[in-house]
Amino acid sequence: MTPANPSVATLQARFGAAVRRAEVSCGDTIVYVDPARVHEVLAFLKDDAGERYDYLADLTAVEYRDRERPLEVVWQLWSIVRKVPLRVKAELPKNRPLEIATVTDLWQGANWMEREVWDMFGVRFAGHPDLRRILMWENYAEGHPLRKDFPLRGRFSRSEQVRQALTSDLEAHYSFEELSIKGAAPYLPANVRRDVEEHVHHGRGRA
Amino acid sequence: MPGAEGADTGVVQSSPNWLTTRLDALVNWSRTNSLWPMPFGTACCAIEMMSAFASRFDLARFGMERMAFSPRQSDVLICAGRLPYKLAPVIRRVWDQMPQPKWCISMGACASTGGIFDTYTMVQGIDNIVPVDVYVPGCPPRPEGLIYGLMLLQKKIRGESVFDAGLRVEHLVDERGLFLEPKVVDEISEPFGNSVAQTRSA
Repeated sequence: MTPANPSVATLQARFGAAVRRAEVSCGDTIVYVDPARVHEVLAFLKDDAGERYDYLADLTAVEYRDRERPLEVVWQLWSIVRKVPLRVKAELPKNRPLEIATVTDLWQGANWMEREVWDMFGVRFAGHPDLRRILMWENYAEGHPLRKDFPLRGRFSRSEQVRQALTSDLEAHYSFEELSIKGAAPYLPANVRRDVEEHVHHGRGRA
Repeated sequence: MPGAEGADTGVVQSSPNWLTTRLDALVNWSRTNSLWPMPFGTACCAIEMMSAFASRFDLARFGMERMAFSPRQSDVLICAGRLPYKLAPVIRRVWDQMPQPKWCISMGACASTGGIFDTYTMVQGIDNIVPVDVYVPGCPPRPEGLIYGLMLLQKKIRGESVFDAGLRVEHLVDERGLFLEPKVVDEISEPFGNSVAQTRSA
């Protein structure tokens, strides 16, 4: 059996009870973290000089068939410099609102992945800059399709689904504003906007 | 066929004479041999469609000289691949933008019936959205299948009459937002095969 990733011991020493348990599955180390402190733990894993999990490979969620079992949000981390993977999970009980802190402030790439988890599972990411549906259209009314209680064919009858599709505003599905970079400028994060402006003002001579 | 003898269609039907049949033959000949397809390729069927257009199968031999990527300059809508509900208003708008005369080919199992995708995302056959003239079965159909479908369509066009106004009626989406009766949509979207009443946790 592969020994657990040494990061687990570091986390347990530093965060104590916030690290609930850890296990090794198929050679991958999985750390279960208190959902209330997950942002803190992930920020540590990203920025600490000894950890440096600088790449968020994936962010997703899992719901199990067992109705009592909590829904899990998964962060799959990878350290580019150390070439080490680590999987962090947080369990969200289903009898409470599914909400957890966003990590878009740590990894910009988390933005769309969190939108996908919201769209498919209905997990709200507190502090997300733009938490909208990403795969289904914005006024999709049938719920969150990857939840276990979601019927495979959707909640509405086929004729109702066709009716909603045909009466919907096409521009709501495919908005041209979203495709325009100029229009998106005010929504860019401050550092990216600064870089873009610098690039425009000073040409390509930055590197 | 609408406008058959004896049916009260409100359209003045003259008995076919030499002139009208010759005119039909001329118009149908030209329409048959200059079908410009509007490709609406959404999945793997589109690969077979591209193959049918390319040098080996060469649809230009049948008068499909160019793919018309503008619906306003096309005659046949070829829906090649599955159609999710998110794309349903798009294909409807493409169809509405095509000028008459126009025809539609549903290429492959998914476009015709939803195929294996009997799920919350998928339109169960594009005939829920637009009227279809020819269904090409297959998963995906080989290019020969598409060519056979197009030749069937050509055969169908040769049988049309320019004086039959019923053929060129626009079937628009009604005020409820449906193109067919809700009952009909539900019926043709019924599950089939082994997928009856499945849920994700069942």
